[in-house]
Amino acid sequence: MSAADTPKRSMRTPLGRVRNLGAAHSGTSDFWRQRITGVAMTLLMIPALVIIMMLLGRNQVYAAQTLSSIPVAVILLLFIFASAWHMKIGMQVVIEDYVHNEKLKLVSVMLNNFFSIGVALASTYAILKLSSGV
Amino acid sequence: MQVYRWTLTMALSIVHRATGIALYVGTLLLVWWLVAAASGPAAYAHVQAFTGSIIGRLIVFGYTWALMHHMLSGIRHFVWDLGYGFKANEREALTWGALIGGIALTVLIWIIAYANGGGR
Repeated sequence: MSAADTPKRSMRTPLGRVRNLGAAHSGTSDFWRQRITGVAMTLLMIPALVIIMMLLGRNQVYAAQTLSSIPVAVILLLFIFASAWHMKIGMQVVIEDYVHNEKLKLVSVMLNNFFSIGVALASTYAILKLSSGV
Repeated sequence: MQVYRWTLTMALSIVHRATGIALYVGTLLLVWWLVAAASGPAAYAHVQAFTGSIIGRLIVFGYTWALMHHMLSGIRHFVWDLGYGFKANEREALTWGALIGGIALTVLIWIIAYANGGGR
């Protein structure tokens, strides 16, 4: 909350200031996205498992060829996007529950973002590189 | 916390978190695999040497279970989110379902994996 929102004398009631903020200070968007990404991964689980089964014990040439096909690449990209988002939210909940030191909490939340985005971007780059055949 | 009698639902709530954290770390394996596939045969052979080793197989087996358990346990949460399954016997049934289902699916996946490609 910025300083402008909390002057020494405010006409806003305490209830008005806290309404819609909730315990997470941001409302229910993370709660909802956690569910969307969870449902998405559940739906994508069978296709993702089939892709992995297809590649078991195969060499890199076969794997690269399979991973570069459009349906396979799209399924994996969706799965990775949903996973990275889901795990970012999940780990943030764990951090907020167990890390009580404010500075350590901020650092942890930040590292969590870096890790999750890193996982998403590295996987996406690899799949796009395979798809472009470079 | 000590005043609570431990229930299966409480224990499984912690397992849901623990498997979530394990899956979080385990995504590194997924990234390594995809980046190696995009890098070339030598890098890919390293991944295969690791996943084919005893430790590698144990980790991937554990990862499979964590994924299946977390998914079923998550579906249990969806049922609760929709407002069903709160009676004592329903809670227990859903929780046992996630526990047994997670193990059963893991074994099933590995049987299919071995039948399909483990010998290649």
